[in-house]
Amino acid sequence: MSEPLLSVDELEVTFRTEDGAVRAVDRVSFGLERGEVVSIVGESGCGKSVTAMSLMGLTEGPNASVGGSVRLDGQELVGADGETLRAVRGDRMAMVFQNPMTSLNPVHRIGNQIVEQIRAHRDVGKREAMDRAVELLDAVGVPDAEERARSYPHEFSGGMRQRAMIAMALSLDPEILIADEPTTALDVTIQAQIIELLRKLNRERGLAVILITHDLGVVAEIADRVAVMYAGRIVETGSLDEVFYDPRHPYTWGLLGSVPRVGGERPRRLAQIEGQPPSLLNPPSGCRFRARCPHAFNMCESEPELIARGEPGDHLDRCWLEIAERPVLRELPSGQIGLGVPTS
Amino acid sequence: MARFAIRRIGSMILVLFAVSVLTFLIFNVIPNGDPAVRMAGKQPTATQVEAIREEWGFNEPIYTQYAKTMENLFSGNMISYFNQLNVVEEIWKGVPRTFALAFGAAIIWMAFAMALGLWSAMKAGGKSDTLLNVFALIGISMPVFWLGALMNQYLGFELTQVLGFELFPNGGYVEFSNSPFEWFHHMLLPWFALSILFIGFYSRVLRANILETMDEDYVRTARAKGLSERRVLIHHVLRNSMISVVTLWGLDFAVVIGGGAILTETVFNLQGVGQYAADAIGQLDQPPIMAVTMFGAFFVVFFNAVIDIVYAALDPRIRLEAGDTAT
Repeated sequence: MSEPLLSVDELEVTFRTEDGAVRAVDRVSFGLERGEVVSIVGESGCGKSVTAMSLMGLTEGPNASVGGSVRLDGQELVGADGETLRAVRGDRMAMVFQNPMTSLNPVHRIGNQIVEQIRAHRDVGKREAMDRAVELLDAVGVPDAEERARSYPHEFSGGMRQRAMIAMALSLDPEILIADEPTTALDVTIQAQIIELLRKLNRERGLAVILITHDLGVVAEIADRVAVMYAGRIVETGSLDEVFYDPRHPYTWGLLGSVPRVGGERPRRLAQIEGQPPSLLNPPSGCRFRARCPHAFNMCESEPELIARGEPGDHLDRCWLEIAERPVLRELPSGQIGLGVPTS
Repeated sequence: MARFAIRRIGSMILVLFAVSVLTFLIFNVIPNGDPAVRMAGKQPTATQVEAIREEWGFNEPIYTQYAKTMENLFSGNMISYFNQLNVVEEIWKGVPRTFALAFGAAIIWMAFAMALGLWSAMKAGGKSDTLLNVFALIGISMPVFWLGALMNQYLGFELTQVLGFELFPNGGYVEFSNSPFEWFHHMLLPWFALSILFIGFYSRVLRANILETMDEDYVRTARAKGLSERRVLIHHVLRNSMISVVTLWGLDFAVVIGGGAILTETVFNLQGVGQYAADAIGQLDQPPIMAVTMFGAFFVVFFNAVIDIVYAALDPRIRLEAGDTAT
């Protein structure tokens, strides 16, 4: 098998804090093929955003250390010098952030912010770059693009700002777009439009997308493959169908079970996962989910590796439960970590 | 913009009027303020005092006196009670000196504060940051009359004795038209003496602003765009950190240019507007005090308006007129 476009191997990110070292990302590995959409899901603080930022070296700083490997077409990015990273950022890999309200510089015009990126990588004149910026804004659905390019961010609505961010990210035709919760700060109708836009870009341009989100509805619409993160680790990964229709890890059951559904019997209350995620300052040994998992048993005190536990393939998980028992366990009534709605 | 200008000019006039009335009234109620007694010399007779009162109009109602004072001020006929010199002419003599001090010092303190603030923020938490913090505190704590006296003594006087030539002159002012070099030479110590406090203060404010701005999402975006670290720093971090510093700078500059650097001017004997004010206060000489107060108040009010305009240019989210942009 040839190497994927982007391959992440045993990525580790540790932050030094006043209370001690926090390993926000712990040996995370995944690959991204050309034109593929991989989604990383998990609750707040599980390390998904840090993973995304570390791919482009954006977490590097005096108090952070990044280990493992991120290779883009075979080129190592972890520990690469500033010049190498700058050449990749914005050009081959671009990023769209969670909060469009604060991700654009308030004192520069939208068009100029896009022009700035183009001119940082290509030797083109201001005019030409601005024409391209207007073209891009138009392509992502900003009306009156020519005029709007002269606006400041505060003159844009949230959805329009996110479109502008996407236009900026696309300005140099990157191979990979990293979208870190691109729809979280937007209202629902705008969310759907943005996701539709991402899907269109993926199909028409063959843009590979890494989508970070906690919104499983968004994942279902767009992702080819899914990685579920919990407390800094990937606990389950596989194709969209594998993870959604045959979830293997109790945490994934809990996540899927907590999604309200339109059809079927109405539950008395929404299913939830009891307790809190562990502190990454002093994480528990063994399986990190065991304190919240009703199915935990003595094996869980040692750490399960992320491997294929059923049929050989790409559907991997970190759970010691017998593979044959799992379909039964996950159909438990809500409150006991299952998919929530009991089968009648 | 036109409405803004009219509103702004209206409020400027109002403030200046209030300042003039207050200054005038305060002068009339402070003890030992009766100018007739002071002008009559030692042990005057009651008739002498009365004659002066009559001649200078001190026996008229206070509002008439106020009106007369203001009329004299604006027609340029204001005469000092103390030495009978024309006040407006005296102020004009001091203006080039005070402006030279203000412009030079403002450039120096801004340049140094930017360099040190940026350096400090880059090295935040490190040794050089700690050291700069200590220096800034020392700079802020040193009173300018003391610092200026030390500079005069050691750099202006004793260093000259040791070297045998004047590396720094010992106070005084040379007209720019006489010798640009000597002008610059004589301004160096006053510029730095005045700037030290501001450098200390501004560099700390800027450092804090920069550190805050560095955490902004748009700075992360700028890095993600593949910009050079230098461009991120100048175009995105510094640009946004400077907004509040420029505001401060405008206000402090207005005070200095309006004759507020009384101590610096006096210590180095620059004979600017500030020193003139200090002399007038020492002699309880009402006309120059009125004039200098109005002069200073004008610059403060004027630069306030300028800052509002600059502020809106620096930060597009701020608009001069409400309802200009709706978001």
